[in-house]
Amino acid sequence: MSGSSFGFFGTDPWWMVILKAVAIFGMLVVLTLFTIWWERRVVSRMQNRIGPNRVGPAGLLQSLMDGFKLAFKEEIIPKSAHVAVYWIAPVISATAAFLAFAVIPFGPTVSIFGVETPLQLTDFPVSVLYVLAIASVGVYGLVLAGWSSGSTYPLLGGLRSTAQVISYEIAMGLSFVAVFLFAGSMSTSEIIAKQQPIWFAVILLPSFLIYVTSMVGETNRAPFDLPEAEGELVGGFHTEYSSLKFAMFFLAEYINMVTVSALAATLFLGGWLAPWPISLWDSANVGWWPILWWLLKVQLFIFMFIWLRATLPRLRYDQFMKFGWKILIPASLAWIFIVAIARVFRDDFAFSNQQLLIVGAVVIAVLLVGSWLLQVRSDRKQAAIDAEREQELLVPFDAMGGGHPVPPMPGQVLAYTPRRILAAQSLASQVIPPALDSTPTEETPNA
Amino acid sequence: MSIDGELIVFIICGGLSVIGALGMVLSRKAVHSALFIAMVMINLAILYIANSAPFLGMVQIIVYTGAVMMLFLFVLMVVGVDSSDSLIETIRGQRLFGILFGVALAVLLIGGIGSAMADKPDIGLKAANDEFGGNVEGIANLIFSDYLFAFQATAALLITAGLGAVILTHREAWKPKATQKELSVARFMVGAGHPGNKPNPGVYARHNAVNTPAILPDGSLALDSVPEPVRSRDDSLIVDHRVVSTVVELVESEDQN
Repeated sequence: MSGSSFGFFGTDPWWMVILKAVAIFGMLVVLTLFTIWWERRVVSRMQNRIGPNRVGPAGLLQSLMDGFKLAFKEEIIPKSAHVAVYWIAPVISATAAFLAFAVIPFGPTVSIFGVETPLQLTDFPVSVLYVLAIASVGVYGLVLAGWSSGSTYPLLGGLRSTAQVISYEIAMGLSFVAVFLFAGSMSTSEIIAKQQPIWFAVILLPSFLIYVTSMVGETNRAPFDLPEAEGELVGGFHTEYSSLKFAMFFLAEYINMVTVSALAATLFLGGWLAPWPISLWDSANVGWWPILWWLLKVQLFIFMFIWLRATLPRLRYDQFMKFGWKILIPASLAWIFIVAIARVFRDDFAFSNQQLLIVGAVVIAVLLVGSWLLQVRSDRKQAAIDAEREQELLVPFDAMGGGHPVPPMPGQVLAYTPRRILAAQSLASQVIPPALDSTPTEETPNA
Repeated sequence: MSIDGELIVFIICGGLSVIGALGMVLSRKAVHSALFIAMVMINLAILYIANSAPFLGMVQIIVYTGAVMMLFLFVLMVVGVDSSDSLIETIRGQRLFGILFGVALAVLLIGGIGSAMADKPDIGLKAANDEFGGNVEGIANLIFSDYLFAFQATAALLITAGLGAVILTHREAWKPKATQKELSVARFMVGAGHPGNKPNPGVYARHNAVNTPAILPDGSLALDSVPEPVRSRDDSLIVDHRVVSTVVELVESEDQN
């Protein structure tokens, strides 16, 4: 690959690559264990409970013990499962989850055993697209798990996850576009470098909000956890999984949470760059300190995930899809449009930021007034249509109006023929047997 | 990138692609075929990346593996094309023609691309990418200059196709869809029946078997809690004798008062 513009990337000795890969692997596993414990503790606090506090200090080893228990559980494979695919599905899920972390930067260039190297496994010109690509491969794990279980609920969960992740990936990809426009690059390390004076979350707030929403949909977390909606689908795609295979889905879910959080931090919160008051300190952005800032930002997003889970009820499926397709995607398209126009005006026509803001305010005011006028107009039109329809309904319905027999439209009543009257009378004269229900509503009205 | 590394990548990914392609044709289950083709796509993407076209490789995975193949899988799972199709030819000589046309297409592609490339100088991948300062920059430069019309026309075609599909599957709503509020109001209307969940069989009863009716707070039996198929064979109904006798006693004592 063209390593020319990427400085240290691609020049690491082989042992450094292995060291970094193993370190990332270990960090992700430990972070998963920590996140499970953290989630249980925080949710407990939010529900006035205490949460796991027995194994280890403050219950920290609880998820490790749970992991051991899960691994030694009996493995049950359904008779109707498609065994090969059933085996591959959790492997795809977990592998994809680990792979995405290869391009996430943790810190600046440091010296490890005398070798200058960036705290990032690798980077290349399209590494943000790489994360998207790996995420879309990871969905195969969910879908195949649902299909190969040979059971209804997992299949429904798998179908939901397909539709959901494809829909929300569009919104997610669109939210990246403004970042790419401003950073002039799709590589994670360069995007961080371009956020040096100000984070993209500030100047590209709509993109940030859209990404944060779609990342919850992408990771199948509450309130968008429809693929595993336990109230409707038992456990969703992993209903038929047990033991270590279930543990792999569990692992993948939590690593995906960390990945999308890390990507959010990278793209919008300046990655490993120190937040404002600390950034005044000269050595805040050199050496090993940035790992701490990175970790804090990632934990911020993970806390948000947990908070959402404890607060919001699950969305209804149609509302959820409507939100993705009819709100998030058009909103991101409109925002990209605005950003692109603003950049052209600033770069090609030498508008200052202040002028751009004034023009933007005027445009927004015009749009608001215009949409209000349009609303008033369409309301009037609708009222006229309704009145006309009322008039139409007053005219008795003619079943043979156009020369063909046609059924009545909603609201129209079919004229009674003598046979219909007879049928209605005989129906009314029949004694309807009382229901077996013994609820005392009829006998005691005040019960 | 050294020759050795590239060769190893080519052998692994090329071999896996061929295996995947063969598996796609030879596997009996439609879903397995779809998986094999996804494998081919991913291996091709890795080969693109190894050939200094990282953008193409990533887009290949996102668009083809992530969206197109996923929709295929979606349809296969919904329709349930599961049983192995019969191997009887429905069109006579289908396979022969298939092989012939396949070979013809391969000859055409190899010949066409080969002759088009024959007089082009071999400048190397790095030089090709560096012409505009990088792989992504190069693609952007070409798409938004020489190939702008083709790019826009393709986009317009795709949008038209998408809109057409939406219109073809669109159905005019017969009447306005009931909102959540209207549904809730209807559920609580007089005569609409039980507004919420009915009690499960066996609630507060002495057994939790599916044919044991739940007991309501006033002690009466909620016969509705037993599923209709079980209820209709009333010989299988386990009546909670203790509770029923208590209720009967209560009713009788009330009658006497």
